[in-house]
Amino acid sequence: MSFNRKDLLGLEHLDKTEIQTIIDSARPFKNMFTRSIKKAPALVGKTVVNLFYEPSTRTRTSFEVASKRLSADVVNIATATSSVVKGESLVDTAKTLEAMKADIIIIRHTLAGTPELLAKNLNASIINAGDGFHEHPTQGLLDLYTMYEKKKKIEGLKVLLVGDILHSRVAKSNIWALTKFGAKVRVAGPPTLIPGKISELGVEVFYNLDEAIKDVDVINILRIQMERQQENLFPSIHEYVELYQLTKERLAKAKPDVLIMHPGPMNRGIEITSEVADCSSAVINEQVTNGIAVRMAVLYLLAAARKGENYVHSN
Amino acid sequence: MSIQIKNINIVDPSTNTNKIGDIFIEDGKIVEKLSKPADEIIDGKDKTAFPGLIDVHSHVREPGQEEKETIKTGTRSAAKGGITTVFCMPNTKPVTDNAPSVEYILMKAQKEGKVNVFPIGCITKGSQGKELAEIGILKKAGIVAVSDDGQPVANSQIMRRALEYTKMFNLAVISHCEDKELARNGVMNAGKNSMIFGLRGIPNQSEEIMVSRDIMLCELTGGKLHIAHVSTAGSVELVRQAKKKGLNVTCETCPHYFTLTDDYVQNYDTNFKMNPPLRTQKDVDAIKEGLKDGTIDCIATDHAPHTLEEKNREFDTAPFGIIGFETLLSLTLNELVDKNILTLSEAIAKMTVNPAKIFSLDTRGSLKAGSAADVTIADLNHEYEFKKEDILSKSKNSPFIGRKFKGCAVMTIVGGKIVWTLKDGIIN
Ligand SMILES: [Zn+2]
Repeated sequence: MSFNRKDLLGLEHLDKTEIQTIIDSARPFKNMFTRSIKKAPALVGKTVVNLFYEPSTRTRTSFEVASKRLSADVVNIATATSSVVKGESLVDTAKTLEAMKADIIIIRHTLAGTPELLAKNLNASIINAGDGFHEHPTQGLLDLYTMYEKKKKIEGLKVLLVGDILHSRVAKSNIWALTKFGAKVRVAGPPTLIPGKISELGVEVFYNLDEAIKDVDVINILRIQMERQQENLFPSIHEYVELYQLTKERLAKAKPDVLIMHPGPMNRGIEITSEVADCSSAVINEQVTNGIAVRMAVLYLLAAARKGENYVHSN
Repeated sequence: MSIQIKNINIVDPSTNTNKIGDIFIEDGKIVEKLSKPADEIIDGKDKTAFPGLIDVHSHVREPGQEEKETIKTGTRSAAKGGITTVFCMPNTKPVTDNAPSVEYILMKAQKEGKVNVFPIGCITKGSQGKELAEIGILKKAGIVAVSDDGQPVANSQIMRRALEYTKMFNLAVISHCEDKELARNGVMNAGKNSMIFGLRGIPNQSEEIMVSRDIMLCELTGGKLHIAHVSTAGSVELVRQAKKKGLNVTCETCPHYFTLTDDYVQNYDTNFKMNPPLRTQKDVDAIKEGLKDGTIDCIATDHAPHTLEEKNREFDTAPFGIIGFETLLSLTLNELVDKNILTLSEAIAKMTVNPAKIFSLDTRGSLKAGSAADVTIADLNHEYEFKKEDILSKSKNSPFIGRKFKGCAVMTIVGGKIVWTLKDGIIN
């Protein structure tokens, strides 16, 4: 098996084999879900901490379920600060957790690089559960896993990411994973929400959704944050809906067997119509199930690497 | 007290000197010859002497932020770097917008300092950008320039008045050029790397818009404009064109802008976070070109100490700035002289005669007889690693820790007194 790291901070620096290892390890965990006993003993006696500086019921619950199904002890710490209060030290908080013998710390934070900061300061394994606009590696992995499951191979797939690419860690992790596996990635959104240098990552940029959607195999719709409108990144939600909402009509231009994905939580009626969200092409609920399997795989692999203690410190 | 430095390679750009000879020091001044045998003779074999280096941009933090740096620690750090004069920016606590603050710094420097400390005063009261500070009174108290470094004057009318009013004192207005709205929330250069790292970017244009504006205001007023820490290719070109027009514009850059790019931010190492931010290779090349063709007049450090606790945090919330006194000379030698961008004399000019001229330091920046006896003696072949434990600054926030250098100061003389030697460290 080829996964020998202390932390999972992002997908940028993982190679294809490492990602493949995680995907392959997730499969047996998913099969386990249909059994009556959904628990494995891999993390007995280990303490997993969910350290969330940004509210996210979904991701937190998913990690919690994943940890519990591996028999770990789980501690949830939600710090209700969307803005970081000056004077509070993330490093100190995390060091306290380590003193309490946390083996794995899962961190979600509004600021990019915070998982890396913990990784540098602590011996515990760090999992990035989304940091600012940087990465959300487990989301990227579960999206990749879902595409694998449905399409059997990634190479050559035309995958379209729609919406706020600039502020999206999900988009970033998707792009790293998909391009490593040879998918053809497109992004679509207003120029104000697409970083100027994104094409240097090997993706094709579209401002017009109707053109972008032609012949695609997968559409991954990103959640639009209402506050972006106040930053003058687009004039109104009304206009955003007009230009970028995924509707039945627009969907007709994609391949007939197109997959529709959304990292959640959805703004129904804004970036996606309810009709599309609930249609047979949508795999949004399966993404949630796969998320648990993929996170179990990540936890399992990191715990196994810890046992060896000869892991590579990430980048 | 007299000193004779014997058989040393003298590089003095102010007189186009580049030869082996002796330097004589008596009563704190450089003299043609001594009136009686020297009290101390220094063997200059295999060493090079320059006029003492002048750093026109630093933050010594005293008063108000003594946890980061003090005049005592900062001037020792400067002495180790071969720097004999530091200009200190007015963003202390309180800010240097009043005569007592200037006097306090000068008094502290007199008592505890190892090198000359020349305060820079505020342009506006409280650096608030609203009303001019009492620049005339500040000048009387001893400032050498005015600047609202870090809090650039956003209002063009006020900047215009500052450039006009300072003309009667022949004081330069040092401008930290940044359009704060365009740079808002930015923590690193805007580009491919900021996109990948998920950090908000500061575009080159946020600097260049203000460089353009200030050059235009310089043209309007005929005032004396000095642009601080130039970091972009566009700024270099704007200054080049302004100089062609004959405008009264000068500028400086810092060693990190000709040495590092924003690729180094990749591990969210906050020792690579400064303002302006590290740019791209294209900008680094343009800075070097600007140094070569004379567009960039000075090399300054923007020495900005911050404690370990302040720097060991989220990249977004860590303060901007790095220390620079102790690496100024070595970086200039290795990145510019050894790479044939500048001759040794051209490089030294940017830290001696050029700043002395721009800021009217009549007795400094030269080894001519009659000058203040500020002398830097360097060993251009001394190889060493820049180690954290060797740093004399109170703060250790340097991106150059672990870097190997060739060439550094081995003795620093200020006002005829040896304030530092490589072997013994500080001499008290
Ligand atoms: Zn500045």
